[in-house]
Amino acid sequence: MASRRQLLTSTAAIVGAASSGLWVPAQAQNAKLRVGLMLPYTGTYTQLGVSIDNGFRMALQEAGGKVGGREVEFFKVDDESEPSKGVENANKLVQRDKVDVLIGTVHSGVQMGIHKVARETGVLNIIPNAGMHAATRALCAPNVFRTSFSNGQTTQALGKVMVDKGHKKAVWITWKYAAGDEAGEGFKEGYTAAGGTIVKELGLPFPNVEFQALLTEIASIKPDAVACFFSGGGASKFIRDYAAAGLAGKIPLYGSGFLTEGLLDDELAPSAQGIMTTLHYSASLQTKRNDTFRLAYAKTYKMQPDVYAVQGYDAGLLLLQGAGAVGGDLSNKKALYAAMEGAVIDSPRGKWTMSKAHNPVQDMYLRVVKGKENVVMGVAAKALSDSGVGCKLG
Amino acid sequence: MDLANILIQLLNSVQYGLLLFLLAAGLTLIFGIMGVVNLAHGSFYMLGAYLAYSLTNTWGNLALAVVVGTLISVTIGWLLEKLLFKHFYHRSHLDQVLLTFGLIYLFEELRSMLWGDDVHSVAVPAVLDWSIHLTDTLSYPAYRLFMLVVCSALALGLWLLISQTKLGMKIRAGAFNSDMAQAMGVNIVRLHSLVFAMGVALATLGGMLIAPLSSVYPYMGSQVLIMCFVVVVIGGIGSVRGALIAALLVGLVDTFGKVLLPQFASMLVYVLMALVLLLKPEGLFKQ
Repeated sequence: MASRRQLLTSTAAIVGAASSGLWVPAQAQNAKLRVGLMLPYTGTYTQLGVSIDNGFRMALQEAGGKVGGREVEFFKVDDESEPSKGVENANKLVQRDKVDVLIGTVHSGVQMGIHKVARETGVLNIIPNAGMHAATRALCAPNVFRTSFSNGQTTQALGKVMVDKGHKKAVWITWKYAAGDEAGEGFKEGYTAAGGTIVKELGLPFPNVEFQALLTEIASIKPDAVACFFSGGGASKFIRDYAAAGLAGKIPLYGSGFLTEGLLDDELAPSAQGIMTTLHYSASLQTKRNDTFRLAYAKTYKMQPDVYAVQGYDAGLLLLQGAGAVGGDLSNKKALYAAMEGAVIDSPRGKWTMSKAHNPVQDMYLRVVKGKENVVMGVAAKALSDSGVGCKLG
Repeated sequence: MDLANILIQLLNSVQYGLLLFLLAAGLTLIFGIMGVVNLAHGSFYMLGAYLAYSLTNTWGNLALAVVVGTLISVTIGWLLEKLLFKHFYHRSHLDQVLLTFGLIYLFEELRSMLWGDDVHSVAVPAVLDWSIHLTDTLSYPAYRLFMLVVCSALALGLWLLISQTKLGMKIRAGAFNSDMAQAMGVNIVRLHSLVFAMGVALATLGGMLIAPLSSVYPYMGSQVLIMCFVVVVIGGIGSVRGALIAALLVGLVDTFGKVLLPQFASMLVYVLMALVLLLKPEGLFKQ
């Protein structure tokens, strides 16, 4: 009988000691690392979200499934690419699930919500796609890192390529929304610096796809070339309309790589031949690193990886490097951020580093559409860095 | 801008305007006769485009796809009217908006399950896959001209149907005063089914015809729906003639606005709507 009482008191003592806080540091080292994935799992950007998720998990898997020596527990939130729920969804992961790191997202509007939460709570945030300038410019933060691109970065590289080919007068066309405007800024910067002149800027509301009037205008201006920023369904329609209006082959079309990324199927390819784009990746990149990545990805997920999968994969690599440097203790922020800032990412796209504002310093490839592929013709801009204007880090 | 260019842009305006009319006509008819605000109208447009994609892939023939696709969509429209819409004719507009808003989501989910979330394209039929050279840099795709002809024919047919036939008389009577029409022996229940099916048919037909020009993509209906509402509001709710004039007007303002005032392009159509609402709150042709 006495033994039972003894047992009860000793158990109570143990429970008391555990909850008194003395054991907590030891527990934090052994506890699973809580990784939050906030990505679009439904809606227009589903495919992008899935690719990023796949790529990220694959990077962790290749490292033995542990980050900084700790097991990983995933928490998923579908952000639906819905900007109005951005803050709420980010808080679900940060406040409710208490994640150590938040990976997300695709849509720039939603990213604004995540960014707000990241700045307020100080949670580590790795952006695997959204290219909004503010995140690594005026509103940059020590705890926010990007593994993709800035909106202006992909179009900035076009300028020199076009002028080198003798196209000195160009028309710029895009959707009038944040990403389109920022891509336009980047293009203007690169093109004018190379000595080109933008003779007219055309735009239409996002995601309007009635291009006919603007194509007629382009035909009457007769510029040396046209540069554009479109993506997804709108991009595929723009390419088709451009060809149907008889402009393809007469006035060369250039664009940010998202114009042709993942869209070249049997239907679109004939209209897209010869379109030149710049992007930080191409599926046809002939490097050993890219080959092994593509093979492993195809084996694991039974589908071909795209640029988004690479960005997700690199988000994983960056986290591994950072967490590895601090032995899995993500609360050691100073050392963690220093390690991530100094990281060299051995990516399928080629090695890249972090700018002071936490945006990739990376090569931009010049690609041309041949058949159903974006064939790499060379590097359009070596180690291109976003200006990071207005960021006071570093 | 030289004369040739102005003429080409006029052609663009008319072509865009007629397509808008095709979509807005169904919306305005359903509202004018049944008093239903149908937010799911854009979903039928999307359904049409996806049907065109699936059916042309199966049979390799757009014409056949259009015929079968229209039959399928009219059946779906007829069923929806019988099972759902019928019960909402006398409910408040808020209830109708909630119902049809829910339908948008339902259709999007079904689309996602059946076709996935990818962007697809539909080939232009081989007979129409050529262009007419207009200037040394610009060609006009034959399919666009074909659309122009088809849309004009449909607009004319709709006008004849409504103004010249007995059925049209009943439709007009039903729109004017449905209780009185019923008292005079018009089978209003059947009339409602018919008009609803017609509206759905016009929307899906629009979606199928535009599929080869446009791409087929998720949420394509929502974007078009807003433009349709602008057309219906400008034209006067319930007026088919108003919808035609308004659609052409919107086509004109949108086309020339994009070219002449690119920085205000996204606003101009709505400015036009605001002006019309200010001067003629009932729209240009209130019935």
